[in-house]
Amino acid sequence: MGKTLFDKVWDAHVVDSIDNGPQVLYIDKHLIHEVTSPQAFKELEERNIPIFRPDQIVATADHNTPTVNQHLPVRDELSRNQLKQLAENCEKSGITLYGLGHPYNGIVHVMAPELGITQPGMTMVCGDSHTSTHGAFGSIAFGIGTSQVAQVFASQCLLLTKPKSLRVSVNGKLKNGVLPKDVILYIISKIGTNAGTGYFCEYAGDVFEDMSMEGRMTVCNMSIEMGARGGMIAPDQTTFDYVKGREFAPKGEEFDKKVSYWKTLPSDEDAVFDKEYTFDAADIEPMVTYGTNPGMGIKINARIPELNDASFEKSLQYMDFKKGEYMLNKPINYVFIGSCTNSRIEDFRVAAQFIKGKQKADNVTAWLVPGSKQVESQIEAEGLKDIFEAAGFELRQPGCSACLAMNDDKIPQGEYCVSTSNRNFEGRQGQGARTILASPLVAAATAVLGKIVDVTKLLEHSYEEELI
Amino acid sequence: MEKFTTLHSTAIPLDIENIDTDQIIPARFLKATDKQGFGDNAFRDWRFDKEGNPNKDFVLNDPKFSGSILVAGDNFGCGSSREHAAWALVGYGFKVIVSSFFADIFKGNALNNGLLPVQVSPTFLKQLLNLIQAKPDTQITVDLENQTIFVADTDLKESFDIDPYKKTCMINGYDDIDYLLSKKKEIEQFEAAL
Ligand code: SF4
Repeated sequence: MGKTLFDKVWDAHVVDSIDNGPQVLYIDKHLIHEVTSPQAFKELEERNIPIFRPDQIVATADHNTPTVNQHLPVRDELSRNQLKQLAENCEKSGITLYGLGHPYNGIVHVMAPELGITQPGMTMVCGDSHTSTHGAFGSIAFGIGTSQVAQVFASQCLLLTKPKSLRVSVNGKLKNGVLPKDVILYIISKIGTNAGTGYFCEYAGDVFEDMSMEGRMTVCNMSIEMGARGGMIAPDQTTFDYVKGREFAPKGEEFDKKVSYWKTLPSDEDAVFDKEYTFDAADIEPMVTYGTNPGMGIKINARIPELNDASFEKSLQYMDFKKGEYMLNKPINYVFIGSCTNSRIEDFRVAAQFIKGKQKADNVTAWLVPGSKQVESQIEAEGLKDIFEAAGFELRQPGCSACLAMNDDKIPQGEYCVSTSNRNFEGRQGQGARTILASPLVAAATAVLGKIVDVTKLLEHSYEEELI
Repeated sequence: MEKFTTLHSTAIPLDIENIDTDQIIPARFLKATDKQGFGDNAFRDWRFDKEGNPNKDFVLNDPKFSGSILVAGDNFGCGSSREHAAWALVGYGFKVIVSSFFADIFKGNALNNGLLPVQVSPTFLKQLLNLIQAKPDTQITVDLENQTIFVADTDLKESFDIDPYKKTCMINGYDDIDYLLSKKKEIEQFEAAL
């Protein structure tokens, strides 16, 4: 029987196996940030264990950082302390840190791929569940808890039971206005938020083959929202072209050698998956969520379903939506374009293309938060910043920002926010805030019109018609 | 890590599905750099209103219920990988979480902190919740050695699964670091062959 992409990468990293128990899996790259690492550093220090392979660890500051005035000292004392601890810990242990203000700084899942740290066939971990993002390159990448961060610090390995395999295929061609974010929101709305629990997911089919690396990252990013530990896409020419020439990517002959290895990774024809789902690209339309988990999504022009169960009702109550009503035309006062799901250059290009020559609606506060310093510079270099500013949008500095609202970027109580992030849990974007997940195109259109609108119609007609 | 063998306790029923780690511990409390104090903010936004007054409708504030077992709805612990969620539950005083389904990362985090996730069938969960609601002083026994959960003098009894390696760790209070450090030689050999 053939092997899956996942099998191939996993098997190449098994150091040892315990009879009837987990395996010792070698980790190539360990990414860390300020929020989930301090307790792990402390644990090692208390037990007098040195960091085993500091060269294979890369640190950034992202979760807890301000997105304005990054050149000034961080105002919030607890945040400042957390950032200081990260800097001290990295310094002491010889770990490279791209801290606040560094040209390589950014959200961990945005900066590592763009620096070429993320490569096909690797095993990668980070104390953050959206580490699944890096699977877009055909690597095994997943989020871990702080105890596991300490384990990787101590041994560059983890004790793990091999997950089962799941394949989600989407074939055909996506309609105009349907973005990778819609694809993953659609999949999760169909299979639910725990369909992937216990599995590692491979995405296959035309839609993912045709997708850019940015789009693949958006899809793999949200694998965790269907319960899967991670998602993967087979590396191909698109992947190799993206990796080539990046700062920490292999160079010259070394690169060619790697590419020949990476070409052996895609799942064999006769590989068997434990579970499979197949969808048709033609059925996918721009999506929005209406509830408090990412599986509660519908096509933008559909009605909220009418279910009778307590969790569903609790969720609608929190959102202050009614069963059977339309999401279209709901007035929206906050729009957030950012987070490791949608804060790459492609996302801002899509938004700028729509926004160009238009004005932000007066009722809307819109935050555009690039995923990294590099994305920020690119936005400027490509002239997108001028488009955003002319339209009345606020471009902030990189970080996780309103995705988890640990810093000051909080959506006020009771307000709706159309957000390109990945979680619409109660209070995720601030206490009492109500999150509607969507693509950067839907978010941009919402910001311009001040309400939820059918973007596919907008692309067909002119937006002026829609305004009337 | 504390050793875990058998626990007898009353339980708190939290009959809500898909409880995510943002509810267990909201992100604004993740600024600490040690593991202490998270228990005070467990389920913060359900336990307290905006002014910080206890929310009377929330089960953790109901004096009828107490104990070190939390019985919760399906798909417990989904969302963020933050281990702070496990620290918050342990800090609050829980030793066992019972649910019909646990999210992967949460389960691992719980086990790494001596907090035992007990996965039961949906029917058993429903019966258990009903029983606790009706009789809050119901004593529940969780026997890790024999992998069973039961209520004495009733026919409520079910066995549960746990990875044998993890079970040994829980019973003896070992953690994975000890094991991994014992594998240093193999790890170095693996690296040399890369
Ligand atoms: S942007 Fe959001 S989801 Fe991504 S790493 Fe930051 S907090 Fe996590």
